[in-house]
Amino acid sequence: MSQLAFLAPLTPEDAAKALGAQGARALSGGTDLLVQLRAGRARPSVIVDLKRIAGAIGVREEGGGFVIGACTPGILLSEHAALSRAWPGVVEGASLIGSTQIQARATLAGNLCNASPAADSVPAMIAGRATCVIVGPGGRREAAVESIVLGPGRTSLAPGEFILEFRLPPRPKRAADAYLRLIPRTEMDIAVAGAAVNLTLDDAGTVTEAHVVIGAVAPTALWLREAGAALVGSRLEAPAVEAMQAVVRAACRPIDDKRGTVEYRTRIAGVLAQRAATIAYQRARGVI
Amino acid sequence: MSETLKRPGARQTLNVVGTRPIRPDGADKVTGRAAFGADLSMSGQLVGRILRSPHPHARILSIDTSKAAALPGVKAVITGADFPDLGAEVLAGGEAVTNLADMAANVMARDKVLYDGHAVAAVAAISAEIAEEALRRIEVAYETLPHVIEVLEAMRPDAPVLHATLFTQGLEARPEQPSNISNRTRFMRGDFEAAYAAADVRMEGRYTTRAVHQGYIEPHACVAAWGSDGQCEVWGSSQGQFMVRTYCARVLGVPISNVHVTPAEIGGGFGGKTTVYLEPVALALSRASGHPVKMVMSRDEVFRATGPTSGGVIDVKLGASNDGKIVAARVEMMFQAGAFPGSPVAAAAMTCLACYEVDNFEIVGWDVVTNTPKVAAYRAPGAPLGAFGVESAVDELALTLGLDPLTLREINAVKDGSKAPYGPTYQNIAYVDTLAAIRDSEHYKAPLGPNQGRGVAAGFWFNHGGESSGAVHVADDGGIVVVSSNPDIGGSRAAMAMMAAETLGVPLERVRPVVGDTDSIGFAMVTGGSRTTFATGLAVVRAAEQVIEQLRQRAAMLWEVDADKVAWRAGEAVCTDPEKADLKPLSLATLAERASRTGGPISAQVSLNAQGASPGFGVHLCDLEVDPETGVARVIRYTAAQDVGRAIHPSYVEGQLQGGAVQGIGWALNEEYIFDAGGRMENAGFLDYRMPVASDLPMIDTILVETTPNPLHPFGVKGVGEVPIVPPLAAVANALRRAIGVRVPDLPLSPPRILAALEAKQA
Ligand SMILES: Cc1cc2nc3c(=O)[nH]c(=O)nc-3n(C[C@H](O)[C@H](O)[C@H](O)COP(=O)(O)OP(=O)(O)OC[C@H]3O[C@@H](n4cnc5c(N)ncnc54)[C@H](O)[C@@H]3O)c2cc1C
Repeated sequence: MSQLAFLAPLTPEDAAKALGAQGARALSGGTDLLVQLRAGRARPSVIVDLKRIAGAIGVREEGGGFVIGACTPGILLSEHAALSRAWPGVVEGASLIGSTQIQARATLAGNLCNASPAADSVPAMIAGRATCVIVGPGGRREAAVESIVLGPGRTSLAPGEFILEFRLPPRPKRAADAYLRLIPRTEMDIAVAGAAVNLTLDDAGTVTEAHVVIGAVAPTALWLREAGAALVGSRLEAPAVEAMQAVVRAACRPIDDKRGTVEYRTRIAGVLAQRAATIAYQRARGVI
Repeated sequence: MSETLKRPGARQTLNVVGTRPIRPDGADKVTGRAAFGADLSMSGQLVGRILRSPHPHARILSIDTSKAAALPGVKAVITGADFPDLGAEVLAGGEAVTNLADMAANVMARDKVLYDGHAVAAVAAISAEIAEEALRRIEVAYETLPHVIEVLEAMRPDAPVLHATLFTQGLEARPEQPSNISNRTRFMRGDFEAAYAAADVRMEGRYTTRAVHQGYIEPHACVAAWGSDGQCEVWGSSQGQFMVRTYCARVLGVPISNVHVTPAEIGGGFGGKTTVYLEPVALALSRASGHPVKMVMSRDEVFRATGPTSGGVIDVKLGASNDGKIVAARVEMMFQAGAFPGSPVAAAAMTCLACYEVDNFEIVGWDVVTNTPKVAAYRAPGAPLGAFGVESAVDELALTLGLDPLTLREINAVKDGSKAPYGPTYQNIAYVDTLAAIRDSEHYKAPLGPNQGRGVAAGFWFNHGGESSGAVHVADDGGIVVVSSNPDIGGSRAAMAMMAAETLGVPLERVRPVVGDTDSIGFAMVTGGSRTTFATGLAVVRAAEQVIEQLRQRAAMLWEVDADKVAWRAGEAVCTDPEKADLKPLSLATLAERASRTGGPISAQVSLNAQGASPGFGVHLCDLEVDPETGVARVIRYTAAQDVGRAIHPSYVEGQLQGGAVQGIGWALNEEYIFDAGGRMENAGFLDYRMPVASDLPMIDTILVETTPNPLHPFGVKGVGEVPIVPPLAAVANALRRAIGVRVPDLPLSPPRILAALEAKQA
């Protein structure tokens, strides 16, 4: 019979060492990993709990931006007033995960590294141009969030590597983001499609920078540069929004499954992107 | 909001019945002390696990259990060969009629597996890990066979046949070939064809539903011990300890009285726990291992291997006159039975037109086996499907005729004296009052916003009586113990205690209601068919009356008067002999204290076969809002009105109305069994089997219609638990029709389907 070891290292270096072992898996909140263990889909021989590492839990402001410990549960993000003001889209993505109980555990790192195409916190992080600090046997490196997930269940992390923290850049004035997902129910469901939009405006309300990211409609979240470009220079007038939606729908490569059909997901991605853009725009203008 | 509608001028002379005391099992349930099926452990118990078929249809060529049996810690491995061969025999166990051989073959497959999840072997081991490893070491050789899931495909002559011995019953001539069609049911009156041809307006539609699960929170669980003397113990949660006893004894071929079943608290059943899955397997493993065996299903097993209800195809034709009188109706229904015959299509046939006076109709039902789990009873089995078809079609008729949907139903409503489509003549029904309750509601008059629609639908259920037992024991201090023969799944313990307290004239706090095990109370049919408060309640009331009789005699003995000179008033014996006017009344406590000197313990048990159950009618009103860009529909307001006779504990009756409405809304909007091309269930978990969550729903408002108590019950009780799941499917679908202007006839009304309908309408 197989044995399961549990380690809770206190330093990043010890964690990297422990994770280098054959069959080792990182644990943050466990809301994916424990479910997979019980279903027999994951059979690690060592579980390495990262929550005891100094700085792994918590949010701090640094150099005008925010640093979020990889193991910070969702509830601490939504309770953080400054973070919620600066990055409402990132926070709403994380807050949509599960329920109150799940929020007490679920983390950004787990959501990203579980590598589900439907992960709710990932599109807004990519749209926010977040990066992650990765620790591994070879030391530290920093990488863009969109470089982590390669496909369903697959990441670019090397053996022994894990995410220590996320970094969100400083926020200019008149900038805001938003994330929307569609689920048939109101909670406890997996996104059929999701869209995050991050906008920066000039004083006249014209979009100067825009990032559009869609989720659950391709093997990974898609950062659609052309969709963002379609919005730049506009005040979200209809032609700009329609051009953005056209890029979004053309980029969708969803699957037909129990959660939604190809046609439906493609249509909805465009609707969500338009609605998220409107919310982000209003937030950036201080209207809501 | 909850309202109660009484007959004007009705006098309320009751003290306990109709009040809302705290439920007797409440503290246990909120503190976690209540012991459910998985909560009992016996010393030395093993863990039992089941190996399930990965194929929807296959012949079992061989099963090699030797490697599993050789694993240290494994104490028993069994297969279908460890169960006796049983002939076909029909067992009546409550709502559903069960064929013994089919039930046994469902509990453990013999030569064939008939659905993904069908049990093929079981192990008992000293730990769950070892038991699961043992399952991986069992080698089953299958010859896979073509499978069929959809009911219309299963009916085709070229469909793969599940049972070579199945010949359609109910046809004019016995067919020459076996098929998947087990039975045809037919009800007719008048001349449908002629009346339909002559009607001013004709409607025709096909409506479809998918298999849905009862979705009880508590998975099936039990612990069982086979004694070396052949005496068997089973502890577990079910809708009937006597049902478990009979089925276990019959499947294992032992005398019924050798099986002792203790009912645990039950975490929901909705009909799905009116049969056995684990209990005979646990007993067989216990017999083979010599240890008690505990078995608990995972949610995945609950979905794959326990009873959903049928998916169905319902064809409806309605003919009406221009002024709204329905003159002709034809309903033809095809239902998935799952792996063995026995879909609830007959009940659907009997109920689907039960709200309407129609002179000419034909109702046909087809029971069809498919490579899906054998269906089990689910709350008013079959009726929601039939009502979905008929109530949708009636709504279309209302739209065509330009009539208010309540008016159309009023024009055609059954009343006392109307003949039900399935035969009997209605008495003491309050359907018309229930329609009026909705018409008069504030909800019906409230304005609607953009993208919103309002749907109406009605529903009927028979409600059962049947065999039940109840006992009333008086303790030395005058306390009362009420023993019910039925597991309490909807608050029936509270109702039993309240009816006993009312009858005896004692405060409710003095009455402790319990559910008896199979050795401590007389026989009863399952808690099902909305029968318990009616039938078991009747037994309890009769037992309480016998106790009163005994108390009067004891008082007469103490007073040295004739018993007919003693009356029982407000919980006391009162002497009515004018010559002994100075005698002070004797309280129950005093009589109990002196019982040993007046003849011994005071107690009574009544077993009866309750007649006079009264049917129930419900009318539901649903407001729905649709997001036209995404197709997401949300129920924003909902009112359920129902003819309830009289509510013993109104909160629990309201809870039944709310619960039925919520399950029906889930059925209408998102729930469905999804199978992949290989016939395997794809969404065997609550994440993707989308039952509503609390935030999906508004508060469900209720109106209890108490204008017409059942005269054949001491307190006027009619069954209430099943009616409320009958109307919601169509209430939701009709609301959607009125919100978006097109009919979506196929459930579930999921966002992709609604959006597709909207786009088709625009095109
Ligand atoms: C009831 C329920 C509802 C849910 N609802 C949603 C939902 O609405 N939306 C949604 O997106 N998800 C949902 N989920 C999935 C899950 O909660 C999220 O993906 C969550 O963010 C995972 O975080 P975690 O910390 O619990 O991850 P864990 O389970 O701890 O880890 C997940 C994966 O990431 C790896 N990992 C964890 N931490 C690190 C790290 N620091 N560095 C590298 N790898 C790491 C683990 O090895 C594992 O492979 C739900 C889950 C449940 C049980």
